[in-house]
Amino acid sequence: MSKTKEKDSFLRRLVSNQMFIPLMALVLLAIINLIHDPSFFKISMGLNNAGNHVLSGYLITILDYGSELAILAIGMTLVTAASGGQDISVGATIAIAGSAMLHVLCGGVARPTEVATPVIVAFLVACLVGMLCGLFNGALVAIFKIQPMIATLILFTAGRSIAAWINNNELPIVPDPKFGYFGGFIPGVPIPTTVFIAAACIVVIALVLKFTNLGLYTQAVGINEKSSRLNGINPTLIKILAFVILGLCVAVAALIKVSRLSTINYSVIAKDIEMDAILAVALGGNSLSGGKFNIWASILGAYVIQFLTTTLYKFEVSSDALAAYKAVVVILLVVFSAPSVREYLGRFGKQLRAKKEVA
Amino acid sequence: MKKKLLTMLMAATMTMGLVACGSNGGEAAPTTDGGADTETAETTEAAPSGDLIKVGIINNDPNESGYRTANDADLKAMFTKENGYDASFAYSLKNDEQIQAAQQFIQDDVDYLLLSAADTAGWDSVLQDAKDAGIHVILFDRTIDADESLYDASIVSDMDKEGKTAVDWLAGQGLDSYKVIHIQGVMGSAAQQGRSGALDEKVAAESNWEIVTQQTAEWNAEKAQQIVQSQIDAGKEFNVIYAENDDMAKGAVAALDAAGISHGVGKDVIVMGFDCNKWALEELLAQNWNYDGQCNPFQASYIDEIIKTIESGSAPAEKVVIMDEKGFDATTITQEDVDKYGI
Repeated sequence: MSKTKEKDSFLRRLVSNQMFIPLMALVLLAIINLIHDPSFFKISMGLNNAGNHVLSGYLITILDYGSELAILAIGMTLVTAASGGQDISVGATIAIAGSAMLHVLCGGVARPTEVATPVIVAFLVACLVGMLCGLFNGALVAIFKIQPMIATLILFTAGRSIAAWINNNELPIVPDPKFGYFGGFIPGVPIPTTVFIAAACIVVIALVLKFTNLGLYTQAVGINEKSSRLNGINPTLIKILAFVILGLCVAVAALIKVSRLSTINYSVIAKDIEMDAILAVALGGNSLSGGKFNIWASILGAYVIQFLTTTLYKFEVSSDALAAYKAVVVILLVVFSAPSVREYLGRFGKQLRAKKEVA
Repeated sequence: MKKKLLTMLMAATMTMGLVACGSNGGEAAPTTDGGADTETAETTEAAPSGDLIKVGIINNDPNESGYRTANDADLKAMFTKENGYDASFAYSLKNDEQIQAAQQFIQDDVDYLLLSAADTAGWDSVLQDAKDAGIHVILFDRTIDADESLYDASIVSDMDKEGKTAVDWLAGQGLDSYKVIHIQGVMGSAAQQGRSGALDEKVAAESNWEIVTQQTAEWNAEKAQQIVQSQIDAGKEFNVIYAENDDMAKGAVAALDAAGISHGVGKDVIVMGFDCNKWALEELLAQNWNYDGQCNPFQASYIDEIIKTIESGSAPAEKVVIMDEKGFDATTITQEDVDKYGI
């Protein structure tokens, strides 16, 4: 009797854990792929055209392309938790930050023969630009009390034009192959660099959450702004901070995106990535209206989305239909997180347990 | 009391606004409420409107690609006050927004409506309105599915011919078997239809031609990279990348590079692109790619000529003007070609 109870509570704990939904989705996708074609999980070592040994395979592809999304999911989770809304300007600000980076790297010339400034300087400029965009969004939301989605609509609409304007509508190409390392491989390292960049971001945010009160304060502001103010937290500052951190994440994602091809295309770079980032937060079981959050679940959610995308590509689903499949995921998420469905499921579960007890 | 005063003030301003609209409504900047990105080149303050030819130009977003950037710059350089034009520009990649912009231009009573349509369908009624208002319509760059009587001239690239030139070139390479990864542009655009059509026909006709995968990357390099990456991960065999623009070819090549698959002249995979961006032609020159099809973005001088003809009272000699276009082979391209045709 006590044993079943233990098992019961373990199950309940598992199901109620926030990581449960993304983990389940991941396992489900893995099983589908395993049944359909086990070679999905094969990882092989080969030479790339630069003459380096690199790992390849679907799993590596997922880790590689999922990294930008994972990085963005970090910032998006904080913004969601603090402001109870989402930033939809992420893709456009990636274009702005990327454009600024290229402008500095190429010294304002479209076709330079060598890089004008070290990559690190260009990256810092991009960080600054990304944080400024975040500050702009954050100020609108926190000080002017505009709904996050409306406030960020401004940069969503104007961002790509601003990005084009920064480089005078030209598409600069970085001549140095070393710049490609950030979105590709460093010679001698068989794992994509993007994996390390994502890992670094995750470690940094883990340290920040552990050694500062950022997580606690963000949650407090998200749950009840007024009472958090009464307890000495400055909600305006916390909200702006969340947007600025997202801006920083955007700059890192921009570095990866721009580095992948050593150039930029303002109208399509990181297109619709904000939707994937928001989906990652939702898939992580975070409340989209703010409050409690779990960054790890969001990051896992990001990789699950990339897993889904890669799987769909593997099944040769027409790429313009990808959005439709993601929509199905959204529908399932929304339905299962709806209070009425939850209540029903809860009742159902209780009944089941009650029956067991009787038996 | 205060409220009353405010209401009166507002009413007064509104009436003034109406009067203002009535007096110079003809010159007011076109504003579209639907979000189409409209921008006036300049307000015509002192210039007598009779001297300038008023043109409304509807184009795709200039940030879409290098082709569009070159196209837009070419138009902006031609339709200036110095050349006798008063031009307003509207940009959108969406057909409905473009149609809205067209309606706005008709209301603003432009003399000429220049149009590069995002989609081929849905233009009949708005062009009929333009015709009824006595506005000359000139299509550039892209054709539409509408009756020929609805426009005065159309200056286009023959996308079917572009596709056919490219496919003929590919057939001339004499491979034993053709295993093609076909990366398409935005579905439904004229460029996509023309460039896909030629390849589809050839694949259907020849037994040794085969499509490994056919996916749209929507002119997006990143998507193209993922599509090709997926084919490589799946262990598919292929020897041709047929990408419908340069950006997508670049994305595909990035995936090939990461997987250690050689490409270019005399290598494992033939890489084909379109649009002749300068950087793409340089890839050809370096023999990393094999073929690039031209899509001529410089239509402004053609349009100017036609407007001059219509202004002088005669009809344009030909309704459809097809621009000269080339296809470049990596083995024969020269630095001169790169400088001359690169955009």
